[in-house]
Amino acid sequence: MVEIKTAEELNKKYLREGMWPTIFCNGCGIGVVLEYTLWAIEELGWDMDKVVFASGIGCSSRLPGYINADGLHTTHGRAIAFATGIKAANPDLNVVIFTGDGDCSGIGGNHFIHAARRNIDLTVIMVNNFVYGMTGGQSSPTAPIGSVATTAPYGNIEHPFDICGIAKALGANYVARWPVSHPYQPIKSVKEGLQKKGFSLLEFLAPCPTAYGRRNKLGDIKKLWKWYDDNTILIEDYEKTMNYGNEKEKEEIKNKIQIGVFQDIEKSGFFEEYEKLMMMLQEKKTTGEKK
Amino acid sequence: MKYTRDPELIRKVLGKKVQFILGDMACVYGGILAGCSFFGGYPITPASEVAEGMARMLPRVKGTYMQMEDEIGSIAAVIGAAWGGAKSMTATSGPGFSLMMENYGYAVMTETPCVIVNVQRTGPSTGQPTLGAQGDMMQAKWGTHGDFEAIAFAPSTVQECIDFTLEAFNLAEKYRTPVCVMADGEIGHLRERVIIPDEKDLKLIERAPATIDKKKFIPFTNSQTRKSKVPDFPTFGTGYRTYVTGLTHNEKGFPATDKQKDHEKLVKRITSKISDDADKLVMVEEINLDDAEIAFVTYGATARPAESAMEMGRKKGIKIGLLRLKLAWPFPEKVIHKLAKEVDKIIVPEMNLGQIVHPVREYVNGECEVVSAPKIGGEMHLPNELFKYLEGK
Repeated sequence: MVEIKTAEELNKKYLREGMWPTIFCNGCGIGVVLEYTLWAIEELGWDMDKVVFASGIGCSSRLPGYINADGLHTTHGRAIAFATGIKAANPDLNVVIFTGDGDCSGIGGNHFIHAARRNIDLTVIMVNNFVYGMTGGQSSPTAPIGSVATTAPYGNIEHPFDICGIAKALGANYVARWPVSHPYQPIKSVKEGLQKKGFSLLEFLAPCPTAYGRRNKLGDIKKLWKWYDDNTILIEDYEKTMNYGNEKEKEEIKNKIQIGVFQDIEKSGFFEEYEKLMMMLQEKKTTGEKK
Repeated sequence: MKYTRDPELIRKVLGKKVQFILGDMACVYGGILAGCSFFGGYPITPASEVAEGMARMLPRVKGTYMQMEDEIGSIAAVIGAAWGGAKSMTATSGPGFSLMMENYGYAVMTETPCVIVNVQRTGPSTGQPTLGAQGDMMQAKWGTHGDFEAIAFAPSTVQECIDFTLEAFNLAEKYRTPVCVMADGEIGHLRERVIIPDEKDLKLIERAPATIDKKKFIPFTNSQTRKSKVPDFPTFGTGYRTYVTGLTHNEKGFPATDKQKDHEKLVKRITSKISDDADKLVMVEEINLDDAEIAFVTYGATARPAESAMEMGRKKGIKIGLLRLKLAWPFPEKVIHKLAKEVDKIIVPEMNLGQIVHPVREYVNGECEVVSAPKIGGEMHLPNELFKYLEGK
């Protein structure tokens, strides 16, 4: 097997180049998420005949179309429920979901919550750009307070959805959040998430200069990408400062977005338990109808 | 564990050949006999017993039962399971059927075989949860947006709940499309004697899998191996690396959302693959039509009091017959048109304010009188109520 060293080689191996150009704008972070995912898959050496990518609706949900693998581009918010069925029918498949903040935490919130609760063996990669980009820049459930969108022309007054927080609370096996601006931790994290049995969530903070940045004085691509460095903080650093820092230091970081691995546990998942149930019933050999 | 249909195990789990069971349960039997290995559902009266039956039986035949978070997720998982290689189904009633409309259309557009059982109750909205109705007949045909051809059965007996659910799987596989079993609360909650068909008498239609060279395979076009408008199915994980989308797509499956010709070609293929066979698909029962001057055109639970009213009429010398639609969609256009030329009057009793009476009128096309005999509120027509229509009251 040829060892992949450059992004060009990676693209050749994994992408449908006939589908280019992509729909993504200049400065968009979604393509970067795809590259990180593919680097992780390359490092794992997965057989792409056994990987299925599912997605909902939105810019990030277009990703499966560019990957040379089975892909199910579904309805808005429903990808995780579709993926649950795929995995149920064939547990040998690795099922990865690309979704966005609106798709996953807005319209698809219920499916997300219950798949995490059931600890279904899926990897959800949620691209969070704070905005409904494909429809032209409406405010999303993860939009920061005060951010401007076409549907929040005077600034967003809603509290943002902490998708990692809820996944952690539901007992998902792997939960991590990273900005797309640095590659190494995210690639390692995606690898961990893909390998993990049970439900994995990877949230990526990804810039959208066109629909989000432009309206929030971050239209300049470099400036927007830098925003993520200035406004994120590693979970460990956040906790250290909050525990031991002075008031000024606490004030400085209190509104920053925490990044890192929030949860990494080994809880049995739905299909493992279901398998046990089936085995038990086979041993009992009972008939279905009560006499 | 991937599912393999095990006839012996299925017989063991289903039990005795002759049983006295609920209509909802009969839908479970039909599904399991067909080889259904995934059920995703959500509790709703009067269809909950289908989910309960599946929860009890599916793990025993090594299939997967999942209670999903809602009906939207149920049908989504059912479609996903189909792409993973399973025969799959869900069951619901009106409010859940409404929620399923979005992905019903997705299954149509992506040519995904699956079965939806709708044990109809009254509506609009939450309506009368425990009481039967036939108010979703038009929803099955027109409920999801855009152009499509529906296939929908209407069982009148508990035995038909077995037979039609099984046959729904066959048509779903044959045409690669979602198929509805439009039961009603009356039939779903009725207990009757059923005979479980023997294995040798089952005629199961299996999915035509993609088999040709992967480089030559085109996923969304006429079959490349058979003479059919229904493409071969590239099950996920078999190396065909297929992209499936609800967007208008070209033959390769990739989005072609701004191309009029691609859209027209796709939608005409997925509708005509069914409408071309409309005559072959006709499933009706004809009683006493040879000399009939009046005919009931009916379906589902309503066919039962209509048959009693017909017998009452015959005893009084009225030349009345009955045409029962076992398959409501595609609509038996030619059968109705022919009937209209032979009788003076067609009466259409339904547990709604008049739904199937509309295509009846369309295909009668003025050849005879058409009378709607509606009844709503969760009660079936009484035979004497329908008899009054024969006396012209």
